[in-house]
Amino acid sequence: MANHSTTQTAHVQHHFVDGDQQFDTAKLGMWVFLVNEILFFGGLFMAYIVYRAWYPELFTEAALELNTFWGAVNTIVLIGSSLTVAMAIRSAQKNQTKGLKINLLITIGLAIVFMVIKGFEYSHKFHLGIFPGQFYSYEGLQHAQAPIFFSIYYMMTGIHALHVIIGIGLMMWIYVRARRGEFGSDYYTPVEMTGLYWHLVDLIWIFLFPLLYLIE
Amino acid sequence: MATAEASPSGNMKTLQVKRYKPSENPKKTYLTEEKGLWSWLTTVDHKKIGLMYLGSVTFFFLLGGALALLLRTELLTPAKTFIEADTYNQFFTLHGAIMVFFVLVPSIPAALGNFILPMQLGAKDVAFPKLNLTSFYIYVIGAVFTFIALANNGLDTGWTFYTPYSTDSTSSVIWVTLGVFILGFSSILTGTNFIATIHKMRAPGITWGKLPLNLWALYATSIIQILATPVLAITLLLLTMERVLGMGIFDASMGGDPILFQHFFWFYSHPAVYIMIVPGFGIISEVITTFSKKHIFGYWAIALSSLAIAFIGFLVWGHHMFTSGQSGVATTIFSFLTFLVGIPTGIKILNWVATLYKGSIEMKTPMIYVFIFLFLFSIGGFTGIMLGSLAADIHLHDTYYVVAHFHYVMMGGTLIALLAGIHYWWPKMTGKMYNEFQAKIGAALIFIGFNMTFLPQFIMGSQGMPRRYYNYIDQFTIFHQTSTLGSYILGVGFLLIAWYLFRSLMSGEKAPSNPWGSRGLEWQATSPPDLHNFDHTPVVIHGPYDYHKPMEEFQLGLANSHNGHGHAEDIDVEKVSAH
Ligand code: HEM
Ligand SMILES: [Cu+2]
Repeated sequence: MANHSTTQTAHVQHHFVDGDQQFDTAKLGMWVFLVNEILFFGGLFMAYIVYRAWYPELFTEAALELNTFWGAVNTIVLIGSSLTVAMAIRSAQKNQTKGLKINLLITIGLAIVFMVIKGFEYSHKFHLGIFPGQFYSYEGLQHAQAPIFFSIYYMMTGIHALHVIIGIGLMMWIYVRARRGEFGSDYYTPVEMTGLYWHLVDLIWIFLFPLLYLIE
Repeated sequence: MATAEASPSGNMKTLQVKRYKPSENPKKTYLTEEKGLWSWLTTVDHKKIGLMYLGSVTFFFLLGGALALLLRTELLTPAKTFIEADTYNQFFTLHGAIMVFFVLVPSIPAALGNFILPMQLGAKDVAFPKLNLTSFYIYVIGAVFTFIALANNGLDTGWTFYTPYSTDSTSSVIWVTLGVFILGFSSILTGTNFIATIHKMRAPGITWGKLPLNLWALYATSIIQILATPVLAITLLLLTMERVLGMGIFDASMGGDPILFQHFFWFYSHPAVYIMIVPGFGIISEVITTFSKKHIFGYWAIALSSLAIAFIGFLVWGHHMFTSGQSGVATTIFSFLTFLVGIPTGIKILNWVATLYKGSIEMKTPMIYVFIFLFLFSIGGFTGIMLGSLAADIHLHDTYYVVAHFHYVMMGGTLIALLAGIHYWWPKMTGKMYNEFQAKIGAALIFIGFNMTFLPQFIMGSQGMPRRYYNYIDQFTIFHQTSTLGSYILGVGFLLIAWYLFRSLMSGEKAPSNPWGSRGLEWQATSPPDLHNFDHTPVVIHGPYDYHKPMEEFQLGLANSHNGHGHAEDIDVEKVSAH
């Protein structure tokens, strides 16, 4: 198909004029999608605000049941992975396929570490009988509304963890494509979009950690 | 060949433009180029996807409509007529849920919008064609979930899923909430796609000031879809979890709050009424100018009031909860803000009416629907304002008055606008003309049937007939029977429309490329359009409503641009002239 453009490559889909337009469009679309993600979590933050305002002492007491140390470790892990994913994008822009692959692998690794730690935290709570809602059976925290706090905790961290898992899947897919040599300075849109998504996942955790773990 | 001159300042290019008159006998069109069922199911062409949405929406409309007729039939007599009370509850729930989530929300944006938006921009497709097809299949999956619910106990909570009943009901709430949850993503992805397309895919010359008002409306709608729908998603997820795990967040006995659910729900669902109506506003703006042969009155007022509605629409949800026990202060503020949202809506109505002034009005079917719209939607809007006043609403809340109000806005507004749009773009979409005489009869039946169905509901509502009731006291009999009779007339009207549209597909006259003499860019493509909409890159130098300019100047395209499209920013259109 005839296409009058200077930067035409195989990656430019037929309905775009050139690579720049395609890239700008993808980026705008991704930002719009992230706004939507923020509102999705926004509902949970709203529930958090309402119940924290109603039962402040519940939140202070219940937060003691969460393991601040491992929460902090996970925060560092995720911030680290945000750095490596940014480096992955940089590598792609500079045509360094090897750097791209290594940074992606580290990011995936850190994401898995996050999930493993989260898994240990969850299983420890289940062991104690800290289940969400009506299945709550923990004796150590005697507060009539304790199940509500943990419902919110599990919903927020659970949906966040789901986003981490999706992120791992996306990065594996990017890794496979990077191995095929698909990315370089002329085309790295999927790498950057995945990176944007990953930063959001990280950012949400940065809010969750103090709101849930660090209540005084 | 002409030259579009660029300004000396800046880095504007001089474009070689040429007149491209659309062929009246296109050799290949999007319908002939790829054929067969498989080519439809796997297509990424926005036009075919739009038509697939139109087909699905029509299917659901017929289903929801059939349920409505059954409901009305049951209400012929004060006591039981032919179905059980439980069945009645199920029918009104499904009718509402289907009409709102499966028909009105996707109807104009996903069906007509998908088809028309890229054409009005002079683009080959939406920004993300594969995502577009994905959102169609997400819609289908959402529908499948709902059918599973239908087969298992149905649903009897009302389309609003209010807690605590929705957490206790034995019907299959979860299947439907998950279905609507999934459906929401279809809506979100369509909105994302449209925003990116409108920002980045405009043909040379289409500045924001030359954007058709239909696209301003779709743009405002997309913003609401992005900001409101995720909140519905999380709400339904929380409701699902409430049922599965007994989370307690909406359960008063565990210290939770059922009213919080109502807040969450209306935070989506009030903006959602604007997701439904604002695209309808877009259609009205297009049709009213075309058939008045005149520039729209107050372009910017109409364009920006869409955005104003999108914004204020987020601040009024509490007017659905005046009687829920929310605080008096909140109630007063919500009431005030509700009055405010009437202003941009009123601005639109006045501008449309002003557009008619001194126009050469042509009473073709789409225009008839515009008049029906103006009449019915105004009644709907005014009664909305009445419901927004506190003292009145305490009396009218949950009565047939509310039922009549929202049917005047949703059916009298959105659905009538959809009908206007379908009749307006039908020749473009299918390449066929429908029978104008039968279409006018159809419109008359709809208008008469509609008013007969819903006007009596205002009266009985104001006299205290509650909504969602299976039985009623004798004094309301005459109103209910009139209403039921009206609904049958409506039903006949819709069947007639379906019949002549179907006939036009089979044996309709061939449509010219621009049967209405519109200045809109989509009419400069062939009927039906080429697979890539245009065979060239369109160049736009006039606004879409400049009826005082000759048609030739709306048929420009980049010289020698066989399907290679240019950027919107490439030329400074204000300073461009065609020789
Ligand atoms: C001028 C603009 C409008 C105003 C001021 C307005 C006001 C209101 C108010 C105050 C109510 C609550 C009544 C009650 O439950 O007691 C209501 C209900 C409703 N409105 Fe509107 N409205 C407007 C436009 C619309 C539009 C454009 C739509 C849809 C296209 C719409 C759809 C609905 C629906 C579906 C309900 C009932 C919800 C339910 O309880 O099931 N409204 N409106
Ligand atoms: Cu409302």
